[in-house]
Amino acid sequence: MKLPIYMDNHSTTPVDPTVLEAMLPYFTEKFGNAASRNHAFGWEAEAAVDAARQQIAGLINADSKEIIFTSGATESDNLALRGVAEMYREKGDHVITTVTEHRAVLDTAKRLEKMGFSVTYVPVRADGLVDPEAINQAITPKTILISVILANNEIGTINPVAEIGKIAKTRGVLFHSDATQAVGKIPVDVQAMGIDLMSISAHKMYGPKGVGALYVRRKNPRVRLVPMIDGGGHERGMRSGTLPVPLIVGFGRAAEICRQMMPEESKRLAALRDRLRDGIMTQLDETYLNGHPTQRLPNNVNISFAYVEGESLLMGLKDIALSSGSACTSASLEPSYVLKALGVGSDLAHSSIRYGLGRFNTEEEVEFVIRHTVEIVNKLREMSPLYEMAKEGIDLSKVVWKGEH
Amino acid sequence: MAYSEKVIDHYNNPRNVGSLDKNDPEVGTGIVGAPECGDVMKLQIKVDKDVIVDAKFKTFGCGSAIASSSLATEWLKGRSVDEAMQIKNTDIVSELHLPPVKIHCSVLAEDAIKAALEDYRKKRGGQAAVSEPAVAERKR
Repeated sequence: MKLPIYMDNHSTTPVDPTVLEAMLPYFTEKFGNAASRNHAFGWEAEAAVDAARQQIAGLINADSKEIIFTSGATESDNLALRGVAEMYREKGDHVITTVTEHRAVLDTAKRLEKMGFSVTYVPVRADGLVDPEAINQAITPKTILISVILANNEIGTINPVAEIGKIAKTRGVLFHSDATQAVGKIPVDVQAMGIDLMSISAHKMYGPKGVGALYVRRKNPRVRLVPMIDGGGHERGMRSGTLPVPLIVGFGRAAEICRQMMPEESKRLAALRDRLRDGIMTQLDETYLNGHPTQRLPNNVNISFAYVEGESLLMGLKDIALSSGSACTSASLEPSYVLKALGVGSDLAHSSIRYGLGRFNTEEEVEFVIRHTVEIVNKLREMSPLYEMAKEGIDLSKVVWKGEH
Repeated sequence: MAYSEKVIDHYNNPRNVGSLDKNDPEVGTGIVGAPECGDVMKLQIKVDKDVIVDAKFKTFGCGSAIASSSLATEWLKGRSVDEAMQIKNTDIVSELHLPPVKIHCSVLAEDAIKAALEDYRKKRGGQAAVSEPAVAERKR
C-alpha cells in the first residue's frame, strides 16, 4: 500500500490511464481546431468532439446536441442561472434554489439578487434532503427557474430531483440541477428526472480538469440562454471560444468508462463506504453521520467526532488526503454552511470529516483509514478539555464560554 | 497550508498534556475560547512560593492552537507569576512561525495564561477556594 492515501474524491479524481491515452494524440498530431470547416485537421477534431458529445449524452440520456461544453461545472452553474435569468427576465424575476447548493450556484444567485432578481433559498431537512413540497410552495407567478443540487458535495445526500422536475414541469418553471457529484457515480437521466439544464464536470469522474458541460434541453421545452462569453458563436451560440479538443476527448472517454463500470463500481464503493462508516462509528462513541443514511452517494461518508476539532484531526491523519467541514484553514473561521443548514451545531460542524471514496481506493486502504481515524480521535480526545468536561458530567451546552462570538 | 516544523513537533509530541486539581489553592485554572468557534484551551499552573512549578494544558482546536498552548506550558514552568504575565502572543507567533490566519491561536494562548494567573491570584486574595474555573462558569 502506497502512502499517502487519496480519499478526497469529491474534490477531484485522478485521470483514468485509458482516458489519458485517448487524449494524447489530440495534443500533437491531431491538433486541429474543431471549428475549421475547410480542411482535414478541422474535420478530424470536429469528429472527435462529436463522438465525445455522444458519449456524454449517452451517460445522462440526452441528445448530443444538448451538450454545451464549458470550462467546468462552476461555469456551467453560472451560465445556467445567469443565462436563464437574463433570457426570461420579461417573464419573471424570481429564482428558487436551496441553502445547501455549491458556492457556484449560491454566489451566482447572490449576483442575480444584485441585478434585481429575487431569490428564495429553500431550507433542507435535518438529513440534508430538499423537500419537493417546499419547492412547490416557493413557486410564484414570477418564478422562472428552480436550481437544486442533485447530490451534495459535502454530505453526499441525493435529492428527489425527479419529483422536483415533475413539479417544475407542472408549474411551467425551468429546472436546473448541479449534478457535478452525481454524474458518473449514480444513474442520471435528464428525461426521467425532468431536468432542463444540468451542470457536469469531467474531473470529478476521472476525466481532465478544465472541461465541463451544461446540458441544455432542446425539446419540451426548448431552453434558451443569454451567453456569458461572446465571440465565434460556438456551442449553438451559448458559449463561444475554441473547444479544448483533447480535454473534451478525455471527458467523453471518462463518461464512456463510467457508463460501463457504474453498476459494478457503485456496488463496490457502497460496500467500502459502509465498511468505513461502521468501522469508525462502532469503535468510537459520540460520532454522528451527517446527511441521509441511505439516499446517499455510494462514495461519501461524512462524520462529526464530538470534542475533536476537524483540522487537528486532519493534521493527525497526515497520510490520508481528506477534507474537513471546518473552514478554519481559510481566512474565515466559519464551519461548513452545509452542515449548519442541517442544524448541526457549530461545535460538531467544526468536528466533521468528509471521506470521498473513488475508483482507485482499496479495501486495505479503507482498513488503514479506519485504524488511523480511531487512533487519532482517541489521542485528541485525551487532549481535549471538552471531552474531559463531558466525562465529568458537565453539560457543555450550558457553559458560558469566554470568547464566544 | 503547510505547518511549520515547530507546530508539527508540538502537535506530535505535545508537552505537559493533562490536568491539575482545580480545587488545589496553589493551582490556577484558565479556560478560554468556545466550541462554536472551533477552539477551547484549558491551561493550569501550580505555584510554589511565587514560582510556577508545574503547568498543564488541554486544547480542543487546530494544530496551531495545540502547539500554542503546549509551548505556553513550556514557557510558564520556572517563571515567577509576574514574569508569566509578560508572555505575549507575538512571542508565540514568532517562535512557532504562525501564519496570519493562525494568530488568533496565539491570542487565545495568551488569554489562557492570563486567565490561569488571574484565577490563582483570586485564590490567593484571601477568598474562599473557588471550585469553578475562572472564566467558564456554569449558567444558573
